[in-house]
Order: sequence, then C-alpha cells, then structure tokens
Amino acid sequence: MSEILDIAFVSGLIGATMRMATPLIFATLGEILAERSGVLNLGIEGIMLMGAMTGFLVTFSSGSIWSGVLAAAVVGMILGLLMAFLAVNLGLSQHVSGLGITLFAAGLAMFIYRLHFGSPTVPPIIQPFKQITLPVLSEIPVIGPGLFTQYSLTYIAWLLVPVMSILLYKTKLGLKIRTVGENPVVADTVGVNVALTRTLCLVIGGALMGVGGAFLTLAHQNMFLIEVIGGRGWVAIAMVIFGNWDPVKGTIGTLIFGFLDGLQLRLQGVGIAIPFHVFLMIPYLLTIVALISVSRRAAVPAALLKAYRREEKGG
Amino acid sequence: MGDTQTPVVRMSGITKHFLDVTANKDITFHLYPGEICALLGENGAGKTTLMNILFGYYTCDEGEIFIKGEKANLSAPKDAISRGVGMIHQHFALVPSHTVLEIIIIGADSGRGIFLDFKTARQEILQFQERFGLKIDPDARVWTLSVGEQQKVEILKALYRDVDILIMDEPTAVLAPSETEELFKTLRSLVEEGRSVVFISHKLNEVMDISDRIVVLRAGRVVAERNTAETNTRELANLMVGRDLLESIEKKTLEPGQPVLEIIDLGAVDDKNLPAITNLNLVVRQNEILGMAGISGNGQTELCEIIFGMRAPTDGIIKVGNSPLKFGSPASAIKLRMGRIPEDRIGTGLMMDLSVEENMILENHTSSDFHRYGLMKSKKIRQFSDDLISAYSITTAGRDAATKSLSGGNLQKVMLARELSGGPAVIVASQPTRGLDVGAMEYIHQRILKERERGAGILLISEDLDEIFALSDRIVVIYEGKIMGEASGAEASREQIGLWMSGVEK
Repeated sequence: MSEILDIAFVSGLIGATMRMATPLIFATLGEILAERSGVLNLGIEGIMLMGAMTGFLVTFSSGSIWSGVLAAAVVGMILGLLMAFLAVNLGLSQHVSGLGITLFAAGLAMFIYRLHFGSPTVPPIIQPFKQITLPVLSEIPVIGPGLFTQYSLTYIAWLLVPVMSILLYKTKLGLKIRTVGENPVVADTVGVNVALTRTLCLVIGGALMGVGGAFLTLAHQNMFLIEVIGGRGWVAIAMVIFGNWDPVKGTIGTLIFGFLDGLQLRLQGVGIAIPFHVFLMIPYLLTIVALISVSRRAAVPAALLKAYRREEKGG
Repeated sequence: MGDTQTPVVRMSGITKHFLDVTANKDITFHLYPGEICALLGENGAGKTTLMNILFGYYTCDEGEIFIKGEKANLSAPKDAISRGVGMIHQHFALVPSHTVLEIIIIGADSGRGIFLDFKTARQEILQFQERFGLKIDPDARVWTLSVGEQQKVEILKALYRDVDILIMDEPTAVLAPSETEELFKTLRSLVEEGRSVVFISHKLNEVMDISDRIVVLRAGRVVAERNTAETNTRELANLMVGRDLLESIEKKTLEPGQPVLEIIDLGAVDDKNLPAITNLNLVVRQNEILGMAGISGNGQTELCEIIFGMRAPTDGIIKVGNSPLKFGSPASAIKLRMGRIPEDRIGTGLMMDLSVEENMILENHTSSDFHRYGLMKSKKIRQFSDDLISAYSITTAGRDAATKSLSGGNLQKVMLARELSGGPAVIVASQPTRGLDVGAMEYIHQRILKERERGAGILLISEDLDEIFALSDRIVVIYEGKIMGEASGAEASREQIGLWMSGVEK
C-alpha cells in the first residue's frame, strides 16, 4: 500500500485525471452551450461515437491525425445541424430527437466502419497523438510532470474553458444565447433570431462533442471499438447539471470524474482483492450521488426543452 | 390633440385572423406625436392583437402601416424597434436570472467588437433614470425586483432603444395605486418630450385619467373615437360593451350570522421555504362577503391553497362551521361543504381535456347519487349536468364537449356550477373574474350575491378594487402575508385601502 503515497504514483494519477477528463471537458462544454440556448442535446453520446469513428477513419486513411480531428468536428457539426433541424425548426420533442440521433449515430458509425474495414480479427490501429512535455512548467515539483505532459487536445480543452466562460458572460453573443435559453420571447422582441442562435449553439456544441469523441480513438487509444464512448456522453449531461450550467463548475465535475476514473484504474493495479467491476463503478456511482445533492438547487435554463414559435395564440 | 398634426403612426384596413377567429377587422388607427392615446375595449376586443401587429410581433393578413410617413413592412419586432416602436406586454417577458443591465442592453448595439460594454451602457441608463424618475439599481438581478420595478426596467429598455412610440399593454394590472401614480407621471414626462404612448386598458377611470384621446374597440372593430375631455365613463362603458350596463350592483342589507370560517393564527411558508403568511386571523360569517384586497404575490395563493386543502401551514387552525379543517386534505374541505373557486381555473380548477359533464361531477363522483357498485349512473349524471348548464346559462356545444373548447367566462361558470351546486356553507373565491369581460363579470357578481342571500359566508380574494368595493360587507387588506387593516365595506376609502396595499400602516 505504500505505493499509493509514492511521488510517481501521485504524478501519474494527476496525469491520468487530466487525460480522463479531456473528452468529458469537450463534451460538457458542447452540451452547456446547447442547453444554455434552451436545447437539451441527448444526441451527445451518438455524436461522440461518430466523432470517434470519423476521426479514426480519416486519420487511418490520410495519415494526418489533425485531419482526423477536423473531420470529427465537421461530423459533429453536421449532426448538431440535424438536431437543430428536428428540435428547433420542426419543434419536435428534444428528448425524442436527441435519443433518435444517438441511436442513428450508433448504427451509422458501425456501418461505415464495417464498410471500410470489414470485420478484421485484429482491429486496425493508427499512430496516435504523442504527449507533449511543456518546458519549465513540467519541472514544477510533484504536480508539474503530471499536469504538463499531456496531449495537445488536452491543452486545447483547457484553453476552451475560459474561452467558453468569456463567450457566455462577456460577449454580445453570449448574452443572446443566455437570453434565448431563459426566455425566447424577450430575445425575439429585441430582435435576436432565436432559431439561428439555437442552431449555432447546437452546431458549435456538436463540433466540441465530435472532437471529445475523437480524443478517445486518437489519443486515449489507437483503435476504434463500438463501445469506446462508454457512456461518457451521458456523464457529460450529468456534469452539466453538476456544474449548474457553468463552464468552470462543469469542468470541476469532469476533473472529479477523471480523478476517480484514474484512481480506479490504479487501484485495480495495486492488487486489492475486490472485483475490478466495483472500481469501474465508482465514478458513475459518485456521479449519481453528486447529482442528487446538487440538482435540488439547480438553476436550469428556464426555456430548456421548450420549442419556440411566435404566433402561437391570439391576443 | 390635433387632427391638424400629421400622425406618427397610421394603420389602415388592418385585418387579422387566428384560425377561424377574426381578431381585427378593417381597423384604422392613427397616433399623433406627443399624445397618450388609450385603446379601450373588453378582453378579446382585439386591442393587444392590433398593437402586436404594430410591434411586428404578429403580421397582419390585410392592411397597411405607415410609421413616420414611411410605409413599414414589419416582419419581426426588430423592424418595429428600428422605427422607434416599443411595446411592453402585460405579462412582460422577463429573464429572472439576468441583471437589470443585461436585460436592458441585450440585442441593442453597444460595445466594441464582440464584447459587451457595460460601462457606457450603465452611464446611459443612469441618465435616463435621472430624467424620468425610473430609479433602479442596474446591477440588481431581475428576480429581486418587485413587479413595479420590473416594469420600470421594461420602460428603460424601450428608452435605451430610442423608442419614441411606446405601447403599454394593461400596465396597471399589476401595480399598487401609488405605483400607478408614479407610472402616470413617467408617461406624462415622456410625451412632454414629444414621444407618443398607446395605453391599452379596459379600466375606464384610468383611461379618463391618463389619456388625451380614446379609441374604443369592440369585437375586433373600432366602434368609436373620442377626445378624453369630451366624454365620460358612462358613455365609454356603453361603447365598450355595446349595451347599457346595470348602473350598479344591487345589494340587499343582511345581518351577518354565525361564523362559518375561522382562521386562527395561521402561518405558512411558500415553495421557496420563505415566510408567506404570518399570524393571520380571519372570521367569515353567514350572509357575509369578506373582501380581501391586495396585490398578487402577498400570500393570497398560499392562503387559498391551505384553505382548499392543498398545502399544509406551519402554524394555526382553520375551522369550517365548528369542525377543524384537516390540512393537506382536499377531501376534508369538500366534506366540510366548502365551495372552492381557485385563482387559476385552467390549471387548478378544471380538467381541460375532460368533458363539461365530467368536470361538473369531479368533486362528488364518489357520492352514491352518481354511482352504484363502482359503475357511474350515466342517466343521472346527464340530468345533473344538463340542469346545471341551463341554470348557469353556459354556452357550450353540450355536456360532452371538451372543456377546453369553452371561453373564459363559460369556464368560470362551469367552475361555479360545480362548486355551488351542493349549496356550500363557505365559499372561497380567488380572483373569480380575472380575465373575464364585463358581461361575464356581471354574471359572476350576481351569482356571488345570490349565494350571500342564501346564507353562505364568502371570502372573496381579489386584486380588482372595483370588485372588492362593489361586493364586500367588510374589507381586509393582505400585504406580505399579514392583514394590514380592516374596514367596513360601506365606509372604506380607496386611499386607505391603497395605502395598506402598498404596505403603509395607518
């Protein structure tokens, strides 16, 4: 057990926390953007899967890993646009539209993968992202090596957190997004295009979800498996609630989850005589506990789940 | 105001349909610079629709609009705002979590590049506040403001957008008398600077008070136009309703009898767990109407829910007749012969998807009159509901019609029919005529008086002071969950009641 307090162990755990949190940060920020505009995007799990598959496929075919990331973002945008068409333009139930997209994407991802690779006995692999060690910063004792030896996508995810906060709270667009999500009538009567704003949020949010998925096949692993997302989309939805629809607080949630995920991997390695499934459960279990305690005082965007049409009734 | 001037707004031949309802029919409307023009009419007369068309929120089916001499094709509110037209809706749209500043500047171009410029906006808003007496902290969150303050935010929002044609839809419906005074002052100072105001209302006194000119709408058409100085409330009332109204309600002198409803030391919290009612005491007697005045949100909702058996108080006792009311049990309230008319007839009172007949037997469908061995006695139920439909002259396609197909006035009649059919000893009516037109209102008032003569004790909770004064034997005023004072109906002065409503002690 003395290993647990080892410096190398701590440093490794910090590194793992960051890695495990990365796809969740992308997905959570994407979902926050969508929900702040008033649309719950349950297509997230499917969009991440399509991002993971597309990123892998394009990297495999082109040999360029950044092309893979870009392709994943584009696929995410297209599915975000589809979600916008269903839930914003047609005003269909957001639950049904989102789950529909997730089911559709799961089938489509496997279909395209099989079309391209058939059913190989050994899954094809790519040359994944390499970790980049930042000079100087990585020499900070204890935390330095773990925090600053990371994939470039992880650094990008970290940059996106303040960017998203500034977007939501300091820019004109952010005020429009928040207003559309709280009360579309107010937005409409001051000349904000409600449908366009929501579509924009779903498209950009979709891109973030797609890249979050691609991280799993381009950095975390070097192959595509159908179960690669493993419910991380649903965890991101929980993180949005945990973080009270705020980018910074949501990210704190993803870090806690990433930490538990990293810890359970290591606890499995320490050789305690408990089935590893129990450790696998820990992060999800604690997500549920956290949600119960937090969601009682949640500040849900008031117009979430509500489609908006102007001329609905007579005066 | 002058026909000599050129109008700043000219609407002609405006027609608007909603499905099979004609909301506006060939309306011509002019607005002149520097005037307050009242748009008067009953609910459903088409006032709000007409102004929503001018605001670009609705598009008209036929007709033309000229603003400041130019033909305006308005397809969205922003088209109207860019021409200087602003509208403040009756239930003004709010974003409780935004700050005042945010709600004012959203969508209005300010700031550098993509960023918001809070500093310049704050200065500009403070200037408007100075000029028009609209004092609000720009950094306060909207949910912390009173309704009156929220309305000021809406006016500031319009001014910030350089609006010089301001439409206000029933702005006083939510205000205390003193706040109304303040609003009128602001409106007058706005028109002094050359702006124009359209004031939508169905309250005659108010319209006489504030407007320069009055346009009366009835059933989607303009029926009259008067200069305020050359008309009176009596003429306006007849124009609005299209027939002579009863001069005033006739009320018999009755001596109140035994107490039928006693509320003793009641205390309660609201949904946010904040105190809603503290130490409230009331007695209602036979043959008596106790009017409870007060601006909504001062504990009336919670009080009703407690009396109706929908909410448990933290303290106190309620006695109906001589039996205690079992809290949190609507069945107990029914058993104690209480007639309950909730403020939200659509949400709480009636099941909109069920038939009229089903709604009428909702409360006593378990009584042996209506079922045997668990099967409903359909013949008896049909007889019962047909009787009520004719007794209350309810306009409906029949007892099988879906309740949601009924108009507001008829919904309330169904509500009354159900609640009064058992001859209740106590009637608690909350906002019984809210949103109803003058005709339906008159009917409901007659019914309530009839119940008083029959011997019921009635607690009438209403925001409408005219209603309170017309019906009540005694008047109490509720403010922040406390009774501010009590006066006899005959001797109460509007000033005193108004002061109590604003929380001012004697």
